[in-house]
Amino acid sequence: MRSGALVGPLAGSAEPAAGASAGVWRRFPSRVATFCLVELQKLRHDRTELFTRAVQPVLWLVIFGETFSRIHAIPTGHVPYLDFLAPGIIAQSGLFIAIFYGIQIIWERDAGVLTKLLVTPTPRSALILGKSFAAGIRALSQVVVVLILSAVLGVGLTSNPADILGAFVIVVLGSAFFSCLSMTVAGVVLKRDRLMGIGQMITMPLFFASNALYPVSIMPGWLRALSTVNPLSYEVDALRGLLLHSKADLGLDYLVLVVAVVTGVAAASSLVGRLAR
Amino acid sequence: MISQLGQSQGPAPAVVCRGLRHRFGDHVAVDGIDLTVASGEVFGLLGPNGAGKTTTIRVLNTLLPVQEGAVTVLGHDVGRSAMAVRRTLGYVPQQLSIEAALTGRENVAWFARLFDVPRRQRRERVSDALDAMGLSDTADRLAGTYSGGMVRRLELAQALVNRPALLILDEPTLGLDPVARDGVWQRVDELRQATGMTVLLTTHYMEEADALCDRVALMHVGQIRAEGTPAALKADLGPGSTLEGVFRRYTGGTLEGDAEAKGGLREVRSTRRAAGRVG
Repeated sequence: MRSGALVGPLAGSAEPAAGASAGVWRRFPSRVATFCLVELQKLRHDRTELFTRAVQPVLWLVIFGETFSRIHAIPTGHVPYLDFLAPGIIAQSGLFIAIFYGIQIIWERDAGVLTKLLVTPTPRSALILGKSFAAGIRALSQVVVVLILSAVLGVGLTSNPADILGAFVIVVLGSAFFSCLSMTVAGVVLKRDRLMGIGQMITMPLFFASNALYPVSIMPGWLRALSTVNPLSYEVDALRGLLLHSKADLGLDYLVLVVAVVTGVAAASSLVGRLAR
Repeated sequence: MISQLGQSQGPAPAVVCRGLRHRFGDHVAVDGIDLTVASGEVFGLLGPNGAGKTTTIRVLNTLLPVQEGAVTVLGHDVGRSAMAVRRTLGYVPQQLSIEAALTGRENVAWFARLFDVPRRQRRERVSDALDAMGLSDTADRLAGTYSGGMVRRLELAQALVNRPALLILDEPTLGLDPVARDGVWQRVDELRQATGMTVLLTTHYMEEADALCDRVALMHVGQIRAEGTPAALKADLGPGSTLEGVFRRYTGGTLEGDAEAKGGLREVRSTRRAAGRVG
C-alpha cells in the first residue's frame, strides 16, 4: 500500500487543476487522440474483428466484382469495373462498421462506463467526436485490407502515398459521420435491439442510393436525387478521385463530409445525455 | 438539521446543497434537501434504494441538471460550472463498470488522459494509483479477467488518478463478498488518511457507515431525516443502540426491508449486469 504516493495537490484545490487552463480547443484534439488510442488498444487485444470484417469486402470484390467485370453490365467508361468498384467497397466497409458503432455507446451505457466518461472534464461534443474518429480508425483497417486485396487482384489503384493518405482522411471522415448517425439513433431509441434493426434497415438503402456500385449517370432521376444528398456518394467520389485519379470534385467532397461530421457530432452530442439518465 | 460544520473556520465546504429538489415526471426523487459536507470528512448518505441517494449524487456530479435549489461543489456552482466541478471529482458509480477489453493499466491511463493529467506525470500517476489499490501485479492483465473486488479497486484507481479533491462513491461495496468489501473499506480509509480528500459515499449497509464515515445523513423518501456522527446519532437513541435502530426511529421502516420493497428490481438488474461482466 503506497497511498502516500498519491499525495499531491488535489485537483480543484488552490493549485489549478492540470489542463484547467488548456482551453476547449486543446481539449478536443486531446480527447480525439485518447479515444483513437483506446480503440487501437482494444483492436490489439482482440484481432478477430480485423479478419471477420474482411470477409464482406473480399466477397464483394472477388465474387460480385469479378462477375460484373465479365458481363460488362455497368458502363464505367475506360475504367475496368473492378477498379471502379474497389473505392466503393472501401467506403461500404467503413459504412458497415460505423453504422453499428452506436451499439458500443449503448453497451457502455449498460456497463456504466458512459456515466463515468460523462463525469470527466470532457465536453459531450468532444466525447462524440472522439468516438466517431475511433470508428474511423476501425474502418481504416478495412481500407488496408481492400488495398492489399486490390493489389492482389491487379486493380490499378494509385501507389502515390499522398493520395493514399488523402483516402485515409476521407474514410475517417465518412466513417465518423456514419458513426455519429448511429450514435444519434442510439440517443433516440436507447436500446441495442432497436438500433440493430434500424442499422440493418438503413445500411443497404444508403449503399444502393450511392455511386458505390454504379455511376450516377445510369441512375433513374429519383435515385440520382437520393445519391446527391447521400454523404456516401461524396466519400466514394473522393476515393475514386484519389485512388484511380478519375474525375472528382475533391473540394466539394471534403466540404460535404466535414459539414456532415460537424452536423452529426452536434446531433449525437445533444442526445448522448439521454443515455445516461 | 443543517450542519454547522461547513460554516466553521477553515477551507470551504466540499459540498453545499440548499433546497435541492429533483423530479422524474410526477415522481419526486429528492424532496428539498439541505446538506453540507465539510472539506476532508468522510460523509455517508444512508438509506434504502429509492431513498434518493443516487439521484442526489447524480446532481452533484453533473449527470443530472439542477432542477430546483442551489448546489455547489468546492465552491463551484454545479449548474453553471459543470466542467470546473468535473475537474475536481473522482466518481465510482454503483455498477461495476470497467472496459473489459483493456488491461487494468490501460483503463487507468485512459482516465488519466480524460482528466488531462500532464503527459510527464501520467505514467507515474497511473502506477501510483494502481499500486495504492493493490493492483500492480495484475495491472497488465485484461480487466475482463478481474474478480468483482478487483474491478471495484480498479475503478477506485481510475477515480484517484486525477487526485480528486472530492471522491464520490455510490454504494461502493454493493454485490461484493465480505472479503472484497473489507478490502475496499480498508483502501478508502487509508486513502483519506494519506491524502485528506473529502469522500462522499452512499450505502445501505449500516456497518459500512459505522466503519467509514465521520458523519452520516439518513435519507428516506427523498428527504434527510437525521444527520450527525454515527456515535451521536446512536447516543441520542440510548445506550447499546445501532444505526439500524436510529434509522427505524426516524423512518419507521428498516433499511433492508425498504430496499426489497423499493429498489428490489433495480438492484437485481444491476447485480445481474455486474455478475454478467465479472463472469
